[in-house]
Amino acid sequence: MEFGLSQEQTLLQDSVNRLLKDTVPLDEVRAIATGDKPDASVWQGLADLGVAGLLVPEDKGGVGLGSLDAAIVAECLGYHVAPAPFLGTAVMAPVALVGAGGQDELLGNIASGQVRVGCAFSEAIGARADAGVTANNNRLSGKAIYVLDADAEHYLVATSDKHLYLLNTNDAIKTRLTTIDATRSVCQLIFDNVLAQLISDDFDVFTKALDLGRIMLAADTLGAAQCMLDKSVAYAKEREQFKRPIGSFQAVKHMCAEMAADLEPCRSMVWYAAHAADHVEQESRLIACHTKAHLAEVGKFIAKTATEVHGGMGFTDLLGLHYWFKRIGFNRQMLGAPELIREEAARIQGIAA
Amino acid sequence: MDLSFGSEYEAFREQVRDFIDQHRDQAPKGGGRSGQAKAWQKILIENGYTARTIPRQYGGFGAEPDIIKARIIGEEFARAQVPGGMGGQGISMLVPTLLEMGSEPQKQQFIKPTLHGDIIWCQGYSEPGAGSDLASLTTSAVLDGDEWVVNGQKIWTSTAHLAHWIFCLVRTEPEAPKHQGISFLLFRMDTPGIEVRPLVDMTGNANFNEVFFTDVRVPKDQIVGKRGQGWLVANSILGFERDSLADPNASLARINALIKLMQSETVAGKRLMDNPVYRDRLMKLQARVMAMQFNDMRVLSSRVNPGQDATMARMITKLQGTELRHEVEGLAVDIMGEIGLSYGDNPYLRDGGSWQQQYMFYLGLIIGGGTSQIQKNIISERGLGMPREPKVEAGKA
Repeated sequence: MEFGLSQEQTLLQDSVNRLLKDTVPLDEVRAIATGDKPDASVWQGLADLGVAGLLVPEDKGGVGLGSLDAAIVAECLGYHVAPAPFLGTAVMAPVALVGAGGQDELLGNIASGQVRVGCAFSEAIGARADAGVTANNNRLSGKAIYVLDADAEHYLVATSDKHLYLLNTNDAIKTRLTTIDATRSVCQLIFDNVLAQLISDDFDVFTKALDLGRIMLAADTLGAAQCMLDKSVAYAKEREQFKRPIGSFQAVKHMCAEMAADLEPCRSMVWYAAHAADHVEQESRLIACHTKAHLAEVGKFIAKTATEVHGGMGFTDLLGLHYWFKRIGFNRQMLGAPELIREEAARIQGIAA
Repeated sequence: MDLSFGSEYEAFREQVRDFIDQHRDQAPKGGGRSGQAKAWQKILIENGYTARTIPRQYGGFGAEPDIIKARIIGEEFARAQVPGGMGGQGISMLVPTLLEMGSEPQKQQFIKPTLHGDIIWCQGYSEPGAGSDLASLTTSAVLDGDEWVVNGQKIWTSTAHLAHWIFCLVRTEPEAPKHQGISFLLFRMDTPGIEVRPLVDMTGNANFNEVFFTDVRVPKDQIVGKRGQGWLVANSILGFERDSLADPNASLARINALIKLMQSETVAGKRLMDNPVYRDRLMKLQARVMAMQFNDMRVLSSRVNPGQDATMARMITKLQGTELRHEVEGLAVDIMGEIGLSYGDNPYLRDGGSWQQQYMFYLGLIIGGGTSQIQKNIISERGLGMPREPKVEAGKA
């Protein structure tokens, strides 16, 4: 019995962390977030480590690893608030494509980092009054909003009946959407009776991709929140007021203890959720929902508390702590906010009508 | 990640199940130390299902420590709803302490009868003036010939009214720094000069007692460790207590009971479960209970895999577990409305009144065994390496 990361997984974690530390420091994050620089080199660096093809099978040009490995990478990305199209291109799209079968060439191109595949799932989870996608004879009509990754070449679009279609970016009218989190890019896609390729009409393929996406968002929050906690502890040890480090005041140290106490079980939860996604089928959906929702709550608490520990500096752009705050906020809302997901958790158990 | 226990352990699990099937009719119905309970304890020890790693010469089963086998035993007895080995502060706290720090004659004298339920112990630690700052305790023991003479008062002493013996922290070196002036004494509760007064708490029950000592004479050799080492001796077991206050599997069982309650109880013709606000609160707590279960698996794993570090995961258990349990019980009270107020002999009690009872009792456990605030000091100072509160200089407080 071993509940934890294997040696290989620890190595993966170390190498991704090292790459991000060296190549995506806060200045670089800022340059990409403000639009001064594209994120292409970040993604190529990660692809060279095998991150883009992590979930693509080996015979299709990928690394063929599992959900827990992907969660480890997501945690690293969150820790460094790294701008990268990981969630859609390296997780949700490959999981759906592999689940549906076929598309070997596209999977190979994903794995090499040459091609990005965005994911338009929001309408299938809960369509807004002014959006929604329908299919008729393989032709898509309607509007998808909050589509992951504005810079993708292809999009995997989930319709209201949870069927998945693949189309080229040129076949949609694309508008970039500004959100609080500038380390992620999202867009709106409008389809005007355009031809698309049906990838899957299997509900399980859709939910598998969605569950994995949710676990990755939770893992990203785990990393981002851990970083905020680490920064808070370091700041509280260094910053002095009333002739002593503010971290010696119980009011401040208890804020840090509360963050640590809430966050530590989250690490085990994210690991288990990712493990269950591959190995414990009967529990995997419920755990994915609970993990996404729980990390959203803990993340929200830590984003606020860590900012407060930093006092006025936490509020400034100078320190850049807000990138983590906003990242955690994005992870909370995306692919289902906590209240919606908890209702899903109740339905999965058969205790909600 | 490997969550299987392997074939050797699965075989062991089968063995435990077989044992339970064959012997369950001999299990005692209630708790306590009845003849039946003692007979059951004896059977469990002989088969290695309790006192498993205590050496045979002291009345245990003498197996090698194996945390997974211990876990399997716990799981299987809980699943079968058959009582496992006896608990209590003597078995869970004093026995491990004696094994670690006791003299050979002390081990011989106390461990076996304690394990077999023949000696019941209580713990004399907290005092009215020494709670979170336990080391400032003032109950004194002065050597007079071959005897210690003990004077002072203890509080929060559970089972003092039933106990045959007490393990007690006393100040023997009043001139020494506070942590170095304490000794760990063992003495009989029927010694002249001891008065036990029940302490009724907010649940309406006397879960604890106050114990008063007036010139209580204790033989000189009834000390564990040396004079002035009592703080060390006591600290070697406080960890045992903290872990046992917040069992995530017990919280899971309560969540499942709460689900049943919400499915059966109705208000205005509507099941509590069909109220979306209540359901959302339930789901929030269920997620937290799950997180604590996985945290617990990680702690267990770190004990079997010495390379793994789960220090923080273990450090937060008492704080998180007791607060969470209090909230689980509290949700049941909240959503039952006026019915949630039912107590004592009220005919509208649900589940024997356990929700209101446990709601209050767990507030006690949030405070006991190191308050939540003390836990936060430990987490931030020892876990996160934050600076300690500066000491107030004498005379300036």
